[in-house]
Amino acid sequence: MNLIDLEKKINSELTTKINKTEIKYNQIYVEIDKDDLIDVVLFIKTNKYTKFRQLIDITVVDYPEQTQRFKVVYLFLSHEFNQRMILSYFINENEVISSLTSIFPSANWMEREVFDMYGVNFKDHPDLRRILTDYGFEGHPLRKDFPLTGHTEVRYNEEQKKVISEPVKLEQNFRNFDYESPWEGTQYIKEQTNNNDKKD
Amino acid sequence: MTKKIKNLNLNFGPQHPAAHGVLRLILELDGEVVEKADPHIGLLHRGTEKLIENKTYMQAVPYFDRLDYVAPMNQEHAFALAIEKILKIEVPIRAQYIRVIFCEIGRILSHILNVTTQALDVGALTPSLWGFEERETLMTFYERASGSRLHANYFRAGGVHKDLPAGLENDILNFCESFPKVINDLENLLTDNRIFKQRNVDIGIVTKEDALDYSFSGVMIRGSGISWDLRKSQPYECYEQLEFKIPVGKNGDCYDRYLCRIEEMKESVSIIKQCLNKMEKGPVKSQDGKITPPPKKELKQSMEALIHHFKLFTEGYRVPNDETYTAVEAPKGEFGVYLISDGSSKPYKCKIRAPGFSHLQSMDYLIKGHMLADVPAVLGSLDIVFGEVDR
Repeated sequence: MNLIDLEKKINSELTTKINKTEIKYNQIYVEIDKDDLIDVVLFIKTNKYTKFRQLIDITVVDYPEQTQRFKVVYLFLSHEFNQRMILSYFINENEVISSLTSIFPSANWMEREVFDMYGVNFKDHPDLRRILTDYGFEGHPLRKDFPLTGHTEVRYNEEQKKVISEPVKLEQNFRNFDYESPWEGTQYIKEQTNNNDKKD
Repeated sequence: MTKKIKNLNLNFGPQHPAAHGVLRLILELDGEVVEKADPHIGLLHRGTEKLIENKTYMQAVPYFDRLDYVAPMNQEHAFALAIEKILKIEVPIRAQYIRVIFCEIGRILSHILNVTTQALDVGALTPSLWGFEERETLMTFYERASGSRLHANYFRAGGVHKDLPAGLENDILNFCESFPKVINDLENLLTDNRIFKQRNVDIGIVTKEDALDYSFSGVMIRGSGISWDLRKSQPYECYEQLEFKIPVGKNGDCYDRYLCRIEEMKESVSIIKQCLNKMEKGPVKSQDGKITPPPKKELKQSMEALIHHFKLFTEGYRVPNDETYTAVEAPKGEFGVYLISDGSSKPYKCKIRAPGFSHLQSMDYLIKGHMLADVPAVLGSLDIVFGEVDR
C-alpha cells in the first residue's frame, strides 16, 4: 500500500472527519478536527490497510497571533507498511483535548510534556503532572511569549540553608539582533526584478 | 494476631551511580519486590528546544551534541538531514561517507558504554576498563576530525565542516582491524558468564505488542524480535549502498538486548570498513555559497566571499516555510527532529524526539514484579542517557 493509496483510503473511509491531506517528503500530513481525534486514531491504528501501530511523538506548535493558537501534532509510524503520518489540528488557548493514553500507553509522558511546555490540558489523562520542569515551576516555557531567560533563577541561600528561587537578575539580557538586511535584495527590489524578468 | 504491613517507598537517585545520570526513581516496594516505579525526570532539562528557536540553524547544531552526549554526531545528523530535506540540497558523496563513518563510530561509542556499564551495574568491573580504552581511541578520532572529543559540532547542512586530516582514514582502518578482538574479549568475559546471565536472562521482558505500544525503537524493539532499523527500512544518506545485517533478539529480555548491541558493534565495524574502501577524494560540503561558508583563503581576495562569510555568520541562511519530520537510527533508537521553518534564518519550532524518553517511560511496566536488585539491570539495558531524555 503506497502513500497515494493510503491517502485515498483515509479520505474514503473517514470522509467528513478529514479536513485536508497532503503528501510531501514521503510522509502523509492529515488535518482533522479536534473532536474527531479518538475516532481517527482508532481507525488508523486498527485498520488493516493502515496499521499505524506506533505513536512516535506528540507536540504542539504555538502561533500566538492566531485565534486558534495551538496546533497539536501527532506523529505516527506504521512498521508494516513503512509509512509515517503527521496528524494535526488547531485548538484555542484554553481548550481541553482528549488524551490518547487509553489507545497508546506511551502517550502518557508525551502528553505530560505537552502540558508542561505549552499548558494544554488533556481530559481523561491518568496522571497529568509537570514532567521536565522543576517542582513548583510556574509558566509554560515553550510558549512563544515565555522569555528565553525565564522568570526566576535558583540559588543556594546560605542563611536559610536551602535552595531558593528569585527573579532573574542578568547583567545583560539576551539580545535578539535584527540581521534581516537586504542580502538577497529587499522585497521591493525583488518584485522589480521579477517584473523585469517577466517583461523579457 | 495480625500485623499490618505497609509498602516501603524508596528514593532511588538522583545521586546514584546505577541511575546513569540524574534519574530520581521513586519505588514502591513490597518486601524486595517492586510494586510501582515512578521516574522523576527533568533534572537535566536545559530547554534545548527553546534555545534552538532563538538561534540560527548553524548555531543550533552544537545543542545536538549535548543531547545524547555519548554519541554526539548521530544527533547532529538528524538535524542536518532535516535542514537538507527542506532546502533540497545534495550532499557530496565523500561527505556522506564521512558522516556514516562517524555515525557508526558514535554507535560503537554508545554501545561500548552501555554494554560495559550494564556489566558494571551487575557486578563486573573489568569490561568497563577494557571498553573505555577503546572509547578513548574513538574519541581521539572525533577530536582529529572536529577538534573536540565530545561536543563535535562537525556536521553541517550540506556536508561536514572540514575534510578528514591526513592519516585519519588509515588509523580508523587500523582500529577496525584491532577492535573485533576487543569485542571478543568482552564477549569472553560476559556472554557465557554465569553471574551476568543470572542477572540478565529473563529480566525485563518486552513482548512484541508492548514494544510497539510503548513506542520503543532501536535495540529495544529489535531485542523483542521485530526487525526494524531505519538504516534499512527508510534508508538515508548512503546506507542503501552498504551491506549490513540487523541483529534481532528472540526473548526481549535484558540479555538479548545485550547480545544485539554486541552484534551491532560488529556490523558497525564492517560498515566503517566498507565506507573507507569506497571513499574517494572530493568535496565534503555543498558547493552552494548561500549555505556553505567560503574557504578562508578566498576571504582575502573575493568581495563576494567576504559578504557571504559575514552574512552566514550573522544572519545565517534562510530556510523556506515548511515542516518535516526526519528520523535517524541513533544508537539508542529512533532519534527524530520535527522541524518547522518559517522562511527566516531561525527555526520556528524544533521538536526533538528522543528514544530514551519513551524507553524510560516504560520503566513502571518493565519493573513491576521484579526484585529491587533488577532495577539497575533493567535500567542499564534501557540505555538511558539523560542528556536526551531531559533535553
